[in-house]
Amino acid sequence: MTQQQTMSSMQRVLTSLSHKEPDRVPFFLLLSMHGAKELGLSIKDYFSKADYVVEGQLRMLNKYRHDCLYPFFYAPIEVEAFGGEVIYYEDGPPNSGASVIQKDSDIRVLNIPVVQDTACLSKVLTTISALKEKAGDETPIIAVAVSPFSLPVMQMGFSRYIELMYESPELFDHLMSINQEFCVSWANAQLQAGATAVCYFNPLASPTIISREMYLSRGFQTDKQTLARIKGPTATHLASGHCLPILDDLADTGTAAVGVSSLENLSKIKTACQGKLSIIGNLNGVEMRRWTPQQAVNKVKNAIATAAPGGGFILSDNHGEIPFQVGDDVLLAISEAVHQWGQYPLVQEVTP
Amino acid sequence: MTGSTSRKVREFADKLLAMDRLGAERMLNRSRVDHTPLQVVEHLIVPSLEELGRGWEKGTVALAQVYMGSRICEELVDLFLPPSSSERSSQPQMGIVLLDDYHALGKMIVYAALRASGYELHDYGRLTSSELVERVCADSLQIILISTLMLRSALQVKDVQTGLKVAGSPAKIIVGGAPFRFDPELWREVGADAMGVTAGDAVRAVEKTMKEVSP
Repeated sequence: MTQQQTMSSMQRVLTSLSHKEPDRVPFFLLLSMHGAKELGLSIKDYFSKADYVVEGQLRMLNKYRHDCLYPFFYAPIEVEAFGGEVIYYEDGPPNSGASVIQKDSDIRVLNIPVVQDTACLSKVLTTISALKEKAGDETPIIAVAVSPFSLPVMQMGFSRYIELMYESPELFDHLMSINQEFCVSWANAQLQAGATAVCYFNPLASPTIISREMYLSRGFQTDKQTLARIKGPTATHLASGHCLPILDDLADTGTAAVGVSSLENLSKIKTACQGKLSIIGNLNGVEMRRWTPQQAVNKVKNAIATAAPGGGFILSDNHGEIPFQVGDDVLLAISEAVHQWGQYPLVQEVTP
Repeated sequence: MTGSTSRKVREFADKLLAMDRLGAERMLNRSRVDHTPLQVVEHLIVPSLEELGRGWEKGTVALAQVYMGSRICEELVDLFLPPSSSERSSQPQMGIVLLDDYHALGKMIVYAALRASGYELHDYGRLTSSELVERVCADSLQIILISTLMLRSALQVKDVQTGLKVAGSPAKIIVGGAPFRFDPELWREVGADAMGVTAGDAVRAVEKTMKEVSP
């Protein structure tokens, strides 16, 4: 039997982020495309109107009783703002298509999108404002901004970006300065529209992708400068990438929390983050698709037992977006498990 | 592997990690004095790429380093074992593809590693599942390596497997990419014949499959 909850989601999340134990372990079901299922729309149609996303997010908040609203449309929306192509699918996240930067010299003539004049971004701002009106100060609204260091993967393709990073430092620096200006204006516009915090999406920072030495020489300063200019709290998400070797570096950027991978030892992460960074994660979204309800319960209990003591933990998936293929039954099982086993003080079954 | 060979492999792998192309080339040239091109590939290139792959799995080597290292290997091997060389193994007939996905890095790494290992294979770029079935049948492939980053693309391997079966193609399917790494059962579910986490895994899977399909 669950105890009566005494806190709003906002209070719960803020308490946990202060490394204290709230009434219950907060959890974020980072659902973007599932809103289309709720409304019976195609993914493309769903993201065509702010009203649809608002309705989808509110329905899912009510259905799954989790602790955030997530007005994230799709990652390539930022590339769309730069004039790039977005490819929609019936059953998965929209992807970036042809590169915005076709050749390296295109970097020199890249224009920084003006957020207020960009239709696709304005749609997101409208969504956030509407959600803020509904949610008030009860439920955190988590906006997303791709870091300047990670955005080029969509702007020019992964392999060409790695080559640029290694072989053309001057052009690389120029691209970082453009992307930093855009990221700051985009993140702050979302905060101004009513977002509570910004999920700073930065998979390239992960040592899964780039060596720590390369990150420190090419990305760290950009992240530190960018995050300092964002006028609200941030969480850095590594989109399933490893984090342990760079946790201290991430803490030095000024971010408050880190999204962590299911493939890394959560106990070691908890120890390393203690008091410095809050943890967001680390349920395996790919595997989640085939979990039975009992498996979902077990995974939730394990995560809570490992990372929830002392607060500083928000249960979530490990990628920052739950795959479209994950069914309602699994999501409901996760929700039920958190409500049952996530009450503080944690019962013996979910203590380490 | 002898002690001195494993030292050479580690030294070569270190040069790849440091992006020391000149140093790597010098080592290869020294090796070629006493060994045939394929021996150099077998005893130095392949184990070094495997070393990088193991490092990536352990978390001590980054994907960008694997990519740049594979690219250096492919370029250097092409110098002494060009595509036209009769020594390049063209059996079995193989291809590699990005299945309805736009994230090509993994495919590029595996392609470079296989070519650096002495194989020749078709690079199909990006295809849908029905297009892939057509191409595999048209080219009479015996092995198709499929790379995906997105879960929706990984699930489409099932359509490829079904399509090939209906068409009577004997082609074996080897898969790789993030969805298969995060769900170790996924490759079986979609009907693949093997799965690789690293480029080294892909080379080993091809060698193993070659033995199965060789007359």
